[in-house]
Amino acid sequence: MMLRICALLIAASGLLGASAIDGFDFSDPNLADRYRELLAELRCPKCLNESLASSGAPIARDLRRTVRRLLEDGATDDDVRAHLQERYGDFVLYDPEFRMTNWPLWAIPPLLLLVAIVVVGRVGLFRRRAPLDDRERERIARLLEDDP
Amino acid sequence: MSRARLFIPVALFMVLASFLYLGFTLRDPHDLPSALIHKPFPDFDLPVLGKPGERASLADLVGERRLVNVWATWCPTCLAEHAELGRIAEETGISLVGINYKDDPHAASRWLTRHGDPYDFNIVDVTGDFGVELGVYGAPETFLLDADGIIRYKRVGDVNEGIWREELQPAMAALGPPP
Repeated sequence: MMLRICALLIAASGLLGASAIDGFDFSDPNLADRYRELLAELRCPKCLNESLASSGAPIARDLRRTVRRLLEDGATDDDVRAHLQERYGDFVLYDPEFRMTNWPLWAIPPLLLLVAIVVVGRVGLFRRRAPLDDRERERIARLLEDDP
Repeated sequence: MSRARLFIPVALFMVLASFLYLGFTLRDPHDLPSALIHKPFPDFDLPVLGKPGERASLADLVGERRLVNVWATWCPTCLAEHAELGRIAEETGISLVGINYKDDPHAASRWLTRHGDPYDFNIVDVTGDFGVELGVYGAPETFLLDADGIIRYKRVGDVNEGIWREELQPAMAALGPPP
């Protein structure tokens, strides 16, 4: 009996948790999909590296409510991103647009790739070995003969 | 291969390590650049704390410089900065306006009775929706508004003596003499 009550409580608590995050009913099921996609790519301003979808912070809840309201009011996905970005800055966007102020963010990865290619090229992984010349052949023969 | 070239990987490592070191130490990752600096304070229509039926809007803020302080009774740092805000309001004569953020208005009124009320008035944002409009992500936060209602400075976290000396006072001085 006790076990059954416990099981029921655990099941019910699961429902409670789910309703805290996804209890929003949308007038249009398409909105619910866009809502979920947006929450996954928007970052909770308080939590450094959690999306709005996964964060339990109170501010994330407020922002989820804001996103939902904007969607119900007919905002496009870009409108929603811009709305939050105007208020919380680039920090809330996991995929910020290119601007003069954030060029290192976009420029450094390809630059590092270029450096890596140059380094690998210099080290010689991609260079074909030249065939041995006569002097080298002689030296090898000598070394092998000297072997006691 | 010359011997000096052997040190290239070490040099690269040092550069990378120093970047990581700076990233971890120099700057508080919670300290976000404010998106609203030099933008107008958003309009609102919200109840006034302790004045049933009364509402305030942006029109009640413009025309005078204001310090707008986001606070709540559940926020211990707000209590910590309370005396300093009171001192600033008293000594400079700047108008201090509170936004009681995601709080119980009754508890907020009691809190002001108990700890003193340096605010000209308090706006009540029970849901936190106005906080989102302001880009607030925690309490306390403090905004400096010029007489046109433009946000000139924002502090996330407590206003203490150091912040007053190094940031808030210069920001207020930059507005020029009061009109």
